[in-house]
Amino acid sequence: MAWPGVARSARLLGINSSGASSMLPPVFGVLFDGLAYGMLLFLLSVGQSVTLGMMNFINLAHCSFAMLGGYLTVTLMSRYGWSFFATLPCAFVVAAVVSVGFERTLFRRLYRASELDQVLLTIGIVFISVAVAAYVFGTDQQPLQLPHYLRSSLTFMGIRFAVYRLVLVGLALLITLALVIGLDYTRFGARVRAAVDNERMARGLGIDVDRTFAITFALGSGLAGLGGALAIEIVGLDPSFAFTYLIYVLIVVSVGGLGSISGSFVAAIVLGISDVAGKYYIPQLGAFLIYLVMISLLMWRPLGLLGKR
Amino acid sequence: MRRILLAGLSVLALSLLPVAGHAQGTVKIGLIMPYSGQFADAATQMDDGIKLYLKQHGDKLGGMNVEIIRKDTGGINPPVAKRLAQELVTRDNVDIIAGFVLTPNALAAADVSSEAKKFMVVMNAATAIITTKSPYMVRTSLTVPQLTETLGTWAEKRGLKKVYTMVTDYGPGIDAEGAFQKGFKDAGGDIVGSVRMAVQNPDFTAYVQRAKDLDPQGIFVMIPGGAQPGAFGKALAGVGVDPKKTQVMGQLEIADEHALASMGDIAEGIITAAHYDYNHKSKMNADFVKAYNADFKRNPDFFSIGGYDGMHAIDAALKKSGGKTDGESLISAAKGMSWESPRGPISIDPETRDIIQTVYIDKVEKVGGRLVNVQIDAIPNVKDPIKAAMKK
Amino acid sequence: MALSETSIDPQLYLVEQTRWRPAEIVFWLATLLPYLLFPNYLSLASQIAIAALFALSLDLILGYAGIVSLGHAAFFGIGAYTAGLLSKYGWGEPLSGLVVAAFAAGVVGYATSFVICRFRHLALIMLTLGFGLLLAELANSLGWLTGGMDGLQGIHTWKLLGTFPFDLYGRAAYAYALAVLFVLFLFTRRLIHSPFGLSLRGIRENFVRMPAIGAPSRAHIRTIYTIAACIAGVAGALLAQTTETVSLDSLGFERSAEVVVILVLGGAGRLYGGLVGATIYLIARDQFSGIVPQYWYFWIGILLVAVVIFLPNGILGGLAQFTARWSRK
Repeated sequence: MAWPGVARSARLLGINSSGASSMLPPVFGVLFDGLAYGMLLFLLSVGQSVTLGMMNFINLAHCSFAMLGGYLTVTLMSRYGWSFFATLPCAFVVAAVVSVGFERTLFRRLYRASELDQVLLTIGIVFISVAVAAYVFGTDQQPLQLPHYLRSSLTFMGIRFAVYRLVLVGLALLITLALVIGLDYTRFGARVRAAVDNERMARGLGIDVDRTFAITFALGSGLAGLGGALAIEIVGLDPSFAFTYLIYVLIVVSVGGLGSISGSFVAAIVLGISDVAGKYYIPQLGAFLIYLVMISLLMWRPLGLLGKR
Repeated sequence: MRRILLAGLSVLALSLLPVAGHAQGTVKIGLIMPYSGQFADAATQMDDGIKLYLKQHGDKLGGMNVEIIRKDTGGINPPVAKRLAQELVTRDNVDIIAGFVLTPNALAAADVSSEAKKFMVVMNAATAIITTKSPYMVRTSLTVPQLTETLGTWAEKRGLKKVYTMVTDYGPGIDAEGAFQKGFKDAGGDIVGSVRMAVQNPDFTAYVQRAKDLDPQGIFVMIPGGAQPGAFGKALAGVGVDPKKTQVMGQLEIADEHALASMGDIAEGIITAAHYDYNHKSKMNADFVKAYNADFKRNPDFFSIGGYDGMHAIDAALKKSGGKTDGESLISAAKGMSWESPRGPISIDPETRDIIQTVYIDKVEKVGGRLVNVQIDAIPNVKDPIKAAMKK
Repeated sequence: MALSETSIDPQLYLVEQTRWRPAEIVFWLATLLPYLLFPNYLSLASQIAIAALFALSLDLILGYAGIVSLGHAAFFGIGAYTAGLLSKYGWGEPLSGLVVAAFAAGVVGYATSFVICRFRHLALIMLTLGFGLLLAELANSLGWLTGGMDGLQGIHTWKLLGTFPFDLYGRAAYAYALAVLFVLFLFTRRLIHSPFGLSLRGIRENFVRMPAIGAPSRAHIRTIYTIAACIAGVAGALLAQTTETVSLDSLGFERSAEVVVILVLGGAGRLYGGLVGATIYLIARDQFSGIVPQYWYFWIGILLVAVVIFLPNGILGGLAQFTARWSRK
């Protein structure tokens, strides 16, 4: 590493070499990039923290639904000329509807089955989805043609903010807020929690457990579809998508803690910032960092940062 | 146990008998590629290049009928690649093994080629040393140093003096880093900094920011093709590195057709060293691209040309050997062969059995509203520099 | 099955369990069939035997002790690299290579077992995953030792017992892999049907309660985790020696995930689960990918879904349910 020592320590202190005093030091830039990366991870994972976190169902096919959302967005935009934002609700709804089909026919049989059977079934679905995607859409990368303003960036006090990343952060905040309110403070949320905690009792109280599960599952998968549609601008899209990002999703959900949306949110921020900061300040550790952070956080809090069980 | 073993062996011996002469006038080729998984697109393109060559030549190579057997490694998996090569040789009795998108798989199968004395054609895998692993092997694609060392020298001569290098921390990345730095420094340039990046890397912002802090004149980058070039482009845009001002350059993957589409306008000005691009201007290439589009509805890329030229090598070697399919005859026929490919004139180095070709320097420009690679320079007859250095 | 309900004496129960059943003898005789019927498939057969051994080692911790690991390939990879490096630097004798590989994997297994035994559930899964990924990244960055992404070059395995060379047909490779699998299977079978094995199942069912009846859960988990690591190391070494290749895929996440799929497909918590799973999964994969190299994932996926729907708890688990229902009638 041929780093001039002076420049390095100056950067660590956050002094920009060009030295304009009104500018924020680059550490803020790193923080923003880390936050944006974290929000990308969060958007990909939030659906899983609903299905795995709330319903205790191990859905390894989560990223298959995300991939579905991604392909839908690309197809609607390139073939039918939809605008990017118009495709997003569509990605949510289609992924949700398709997932209900799976839920009614396959998944619901396994709510009380062993975790290992859940793993095997959903991995099987990942395999199928990868092959189907390759067959239908081809094996090549699917480029997303975003409008110009989404690819530009704003400069504020010497720091550049990429517009698309600002959008990611904003959407992630909105979704977290909506979910926390929706699941913690509404009747529906109470029903979901009751149904998961004690299914027989919930039925006895007149809760339509089947329907509650179906809706929750659809919500989780819809969020996956939405997350996929939002992520492909940064991470690209090809049939191996369903495998590639599964590890990241599991990391975010486990570090955040089961049963807690805000846990996933906090975990994603911690992971995103530590990953970006690590790669920036100590690139030799770049590949290891996200795993090291996960291991130490889980050893510190095995239930996750805000986990309830 | 012993008796069973012996019985097994005698059955095996019997089953091997018909090997001696399979249908006269048929050549069997086994293709080993990652048809599924992360690298499936490379295999698809290469396979399409192979199909096109066969179609244009009446499904015959060297006047012989062709039988192709396709085997999937599912990604980087040398033990499986080696087993598949063994099975192709022992069970399917192929005469030639070919394909190979990925270096580890090619290295593993090379043992089989060497032991069974089978002609082997590497149609992509680009690590320099591969061809030294079997004396029956030729390569019709590229070596990483062939492109990147050439680019390093060229960049310095074009006036870049201070360059930062960023490569993915894996075989080809490390090779490219070494080769580019060697070419650049030998010409008199100065490497102001370098970074090796994580292989699993969905976001490049941190690394690009690091490069920008040093304010170099140019950035050399080597990352795997596929999803990463697009992500790299977004990081350039996000951090505010303009490839027209800070010269971004690399090997052809970073500016292939899909990469340019997902990067968008930020890609304008990127310079690549390439052995093939579908925009290459020649009558032969225009015909090739047209025929490829007619059959597969997309443009060929460097995997396609590797497959296409690989089939040409087999075709020409069979013609020259008079239909003899043993490794010895084919490799001696292939050594020193030269022909005109859609990418330009190429030949097989008789000493190293590796490819000698023109290295093109391309620049991404907007032509008629579309981003394409425009050839701005060409360095003819480039050999693999690593093996040239080994000889000295 | 019926006997286990009537025999209350645990000693008798264990003795009963260790008796060889006719089906088992048939199974092991059938493993010799490839020499007679499919002499052209011996390389595949040897890789199936290796995958079976690897799955067997995972069964010890996942099936019997309830430790779900998504990082088990770490030990497979350590074994593979140990055997490969030994051979590269001049010692290509296969049997002693296995022993050294088992030892290396065992040491790392023992060291990590102190962390493993403290966690349960999702945290445990993610910790094993994290350790596995860290090790894979480490192997990548130690390119001078491991050969990095290109894989370790220059491995040459000596003749087996000084007589049988590892040839292109996989004759020696299959005999070797099968013999090692059989020996370690005998060991595992004995272990599982010992009081120690029984207490492992107790831990799987109730981690907190076992210490109360005198079985130290954590110590037992450390022991079994180390043993499983050793066996996984042997499996990795076998693959390195018989194919003379080692690369990063030997300790990657995909191999960890694949072995879980293989074991669960065959039936976790059953001695033959990994063996049956490896046979079916790898043969299906070989056949499907021979027919449709691009889309074989589809058919494997269908296979997995069908097994979950029609044979819950894996192929053996499902079959056992069927036969139990049938014999009750």
